[in-house]
Amino acid sequence: MDFSFSDEQQMLQESVQKFVHRHYAFDARRAILASAAGYSAEHWALFAELGWLTVPFSEADGGFGGLATDLMVLMEEFGKALVVEPFVAGVVLGGGLVSALGSPAQKEHLLPELMAGSLQLACALYEEQGRYNLASVATTAHVSGSHFLVNGTKVLVLNGPVADALLVSVRTAGSERDVEGISVVMIASNTPGIVRRDYTTVDGHRAAQIRFDNVQVPVSALLGQQGAALPALQQSVDRATLCVCAEAVGALDMLLHKTVEYSKTRQQFGAPIGSFQALQHRMADMFIECELARSIVMMAAMTLDADVPEAQKQRAVSAAKSRVGKAARKVGQEAVQLHGGIGMTDELDVSHYFKRVTAIDSMFGNADFHTARFARL
Amino acid sequence: MNAAFTPAELEFQEEVRAFLAAEFPSEIRHKIARHVPLEKDDFVRWQKVLHRKGWAAPNWPVAFGGTGWTAAQKYIFAQEMAKAGAPEPVPFGMKMVAPVIITYGNDEQKQRFLPDILASNVWWCQGYSEPNAGSDLASLKTTAVREGNHYVVNGTKTWNTLGQYADWIFCLVRTDITARKQEGISFLLIDMKSPGIKVSPIYLLDGTPEVNEVHFDNVRVPVENRIGEENQGWTYAKVLLTHERTNIAGVPRSKVRLEELKAGAAAAPDGQGGNLLQDPVFAHKIAETEIQILALEYAELRALAAVSVGKAPGPESSILKIVGTEAAQRIDELAMELAALQGLPFVPEQFEDGFDGELIGAEGEASAMLTYFNNRKQSIFGGSNEIQKNIISKAVLGL
Ligand SMILES: Cc1cc2nc3c(=O)[nH]c(=O)nc-3n(C[C@H](O)[C@H](O)[C@H](O)COP(=O)(O)OP(=O)(O)OC[C@H]3O[C@@H](n4cnc5c(N)ncnc54)[C@H](O)[C@@H]3O)c2cc1C
Repeated sequence: MDFSFSDEQQMLQESVQKFVHRHYAFDARRAILASAAGYSAEHWALFAELGWLTVPFSEADGGFGGLATDLMVLMEEFGKALVVEPFVAGVVLGGGLVSALGSPAQKEHLLPELMAGSLQLACALYEEQGRYNLASVATTAHVSGSHFLVNGTKVLVLNGPVADALLVSVRTAGSERDVEGISVVMIASNTPGIVRRDYTTVDGHRAAQIRFDNVQVPVSALLGQQGAALPALQQSVDRATLCVCAEAVGALDMLLHKTVEYSKTRQQFGAPIGSFQALQHRMADMFIECELARSIVMMAAMTLDADVPEAQKQRAVSAAKSRVGKAARKVGQEAVQLHGGIGMTDELDVSHYFKRVTAIDSMFGNADFHTARFARL
Repeated sequence: MNAAFTPAELEFQEEVRAFLAAEFPSEIRHKIARHVPLEKDDFVRWQKVLHRKGWAAPNWPVAFGGTGWTAAQKYIFAQEMAKAGAPEPVPFGMKMVAPVIITYGNDEQKQRFLPDILASNVWWCQGYSEPNAGSDLASLKTTAVREGNHYVVNGTKTWNTLGQYADWIFCLVRTDITARKQEGISFLLIDMKSPGIKVSPIYLLDGTPEVNEVHFDNVRVPVENRIGEENQGWTYAKVLLTHERTNIAGVPRSKVRLEELKAGAAAAPDGQGGNLLQDPVFAHKIAETEIQILALEYAELRALAAVSVGKAPGPESSILKIVGTEAAQRIDELAMELAALQGLPFVPEQFEDGFDGELIGAEGEASAMLTYFNNRKQSIFGGSNEIQKNIISKAVLGL
C-alpha cells in the first residue's frame, strides 16, 4: 500500500501550484470571468506548453499516461484556485470521447490539436427530459444519403460557447431510453441549423443550450460504431466526474481553511469566534467531511487506474460523487454561515468556492443520483 | 383544545381571499411568478393598496391604524397573502421601527412618523449592524456626540437591506463611550438626506445589490429624533428584536412553496420515464420537510395562542426563527435538486421586467440555485441561528 504521490505527480502538483500562485489571484480570476471568452487564451496556451493538456491521454494516444490519479492531482490544485479554463469539459470529456471512440485517423486528426491547445471541444450529452440519464437521448440522427440529419435539444453544454466542434450524443436507432442505438457525432460549431443559447453558469463557467434543427452532418463524422456509444459515453463522463470530485476536494479544503483562519481573527463578544466551542465542533465536522471526501476520491481514482471490471469503476465513481455532494452541501453552507454576513458577499472568495462546489454537486449526476447508481450496480 | 376556525373566522378568510383576488395588482403578481425582483415602486404601490383597505399594519394598536384582529385573524391573513403570492410589507418601517415609536416614542414623534409609515410614504431601513458589531451588536462603535440641540454622528453601519431605497434609517448609536457597552446606546431616527451620509452597495453572492454600507461623516441629527431616553436604546432595541423573531417563521410562505415544489416534482421527468414525485427518495425528502413545517406551524400557533392571552413573546420564539429558516432553506435545497442541470444557468435577463424570450428550464428552475444561495442569509440575519441557540440555552434551559 502506498498513498504517496509519484515524482511525476509531485512535479505536476508543484507546477500547477506555481501557476496559480502567479496567475490566479482572486482579482485576476475575476477579470477572466468578465472577459468575452470566459477563460484566458494565454493560460490555455500555457497549459498546453506545460503539458497539462496531455495528462488525460494514454501514451499510445501521445499523452502523459492518462492516469486518473494524475488527473486527481491536477484537478485538486485547480479546485483550490477555482480555475475556470475548460479543462474538464473540453479535454477530459471531449478528448476522452475521441480517445475512446475515434478511429486511428480521427484521433490523429484531433488529439494532437487538442493537446496543443488549438482545438476546443464541447460535449452535448444531456437533455431536459433525461435529467442525469445519459441513455435518455431523444435527439435523433437519421441517415439521408451520405449525411445524418440531426434534430433535438441539448442542455448545459459546458464549454459550448467557445467550442470549435461539438460531440453530440444522438439516437440512430431505438426509442428514447434504450441503451442500444446511441451514437456520437462530431459537428462543427458553425454548421447551419445549430441554434445556440450561450450563458454563464452560476459559478462563472460558460455553457450553452443548443438546438439542432435539421443539421446536416456527413456520415464520416460518426465517432465509433453506430448505435453502440453508450459505454464509452459513460466511461468518459465517469472520468470527468472523478475530475470534478477532485476539484471539489481542493475547493472544500479551501473553504475549511478559510473558515478556520477567519474564526481565529474575527472578534465578537471580546473573543475570537473560533474560541466558541459550538463553532469549534462545527469546524471539526467540516474537517471530517473534507477528509472523507478526499479519501473516497483517492479510492475512486485508484480504482479507475486498476485492472478491474467496468462496473466496479462505475461504482467507485458514484461512491465518490455521492460523498463529495454531501460534503459540498455541508462544508459550503457551514463556511458561509460561520463567516456571517461577509460570507454572503460577492467580494469575498468564500462565496465563489461555495457556488463552485454546489454547482459540482449538480452536474454529472447529483448525490442522490449517484447513491442510487451505487446501490444498483 | 381546538385549532379549528370558527364560522366568523372562515367568513373573514373569504373576505381576505376576495380582497386579494380583486386588489393584488396583476403586474406584481406576474413579476413574482417570473422571479423578477420587485422594485421600490412595486412594494409601495401594493402597500398603499393594503393601506386603503386598512390592512397595512395588523400588528399595530387600533389607535394608530392597526386592524384589531385576533391572533387567528392575523394568521389567516398571513396565510392568504402567501397563497396569493402577495409580498408582506417591507418590515423595517411597519414591523420594526413603528413598534418602538409606538411603545417608547413621544406624542410628537408618533404623529410625525407613524402616519407616513402606515401609508408607505416613507421608506425605512435598519441601521444596527456594523462591520465589527454583528452578533455582538452591543459592541457597536458609531458615535453620537451631543452639540446643543443636535447629535453629531460618525461611523459605519452595514448590511442595510434595501438601504438604497430608504428615506430614513433607524440607528443604534453610542452616546456614552464610558458606560458598560449595553448602557451607552441610544436609538436615533436619521433622515437619509442629511449631509454627510454616503450609501454604498454591497453585492451578494447571487449578484444582487440587496444590502448596503451606510457611512456617517459628521451627520447632524436633531435631538428630537431620539426615541426615549438617552443611553436606553439597547432596551428598546431588544423589544424590537423579539418582534422581529415572532414574525420570522414564515410558515405560510413555506407551505405555499412546498406545494409549488410538489407540483414541480410531479411535472419533472426523473430520466427513467417517470416523474420526480414518484421517486421514493425525493418523495421522502418532501414528506420530511412537510412534517417539519407542520410541527413548526403548531409551535407557532401555540406561541400565538399564548400571546393572545396576554403573555409577551418569550425566548421560545427563538425556535420559530431557527426552524422557520431551516425549513425554508431545506425547500431551497429540494428546489435546487429538482432543477438539476437547469439550475446552473445564470441568466439574469430572464428575470428582467419585459423579458419575452424563451426561458431556459421549466418555470422556477433557472432561479432555484440562485434562491438557494441568496437564502443562506436567513440563518445569519435577525440574530444568527447560533445566537438563537445561545438564547435557548441560557434563557430557556437555564444553562
Ligand atoms: C443579507 C443580509 C441582510 C441583512 N440586513 C440587515 C439590516 O437590514 N440591518 C442590520 O442592521 N443588519 C442586517 N444584517 C446583519 C445581520 O444581522 C448580521 O449579519 C448578523 O447579526 C451576524 O453578524 P455578522 O455578520 O457580523 O457575523 P458574526 O457576528 O461575525 O458571526 C460569525 C459567525 O459566528 C457565529 N457566532 C458569533 N457569536 C457566537 C457565539 N457567541 N456563539 C456561537 N456562535 C457565534 C455567528 O452565528 C456566525 O455564524 C443583514 C445580514 C445579511 C447577511
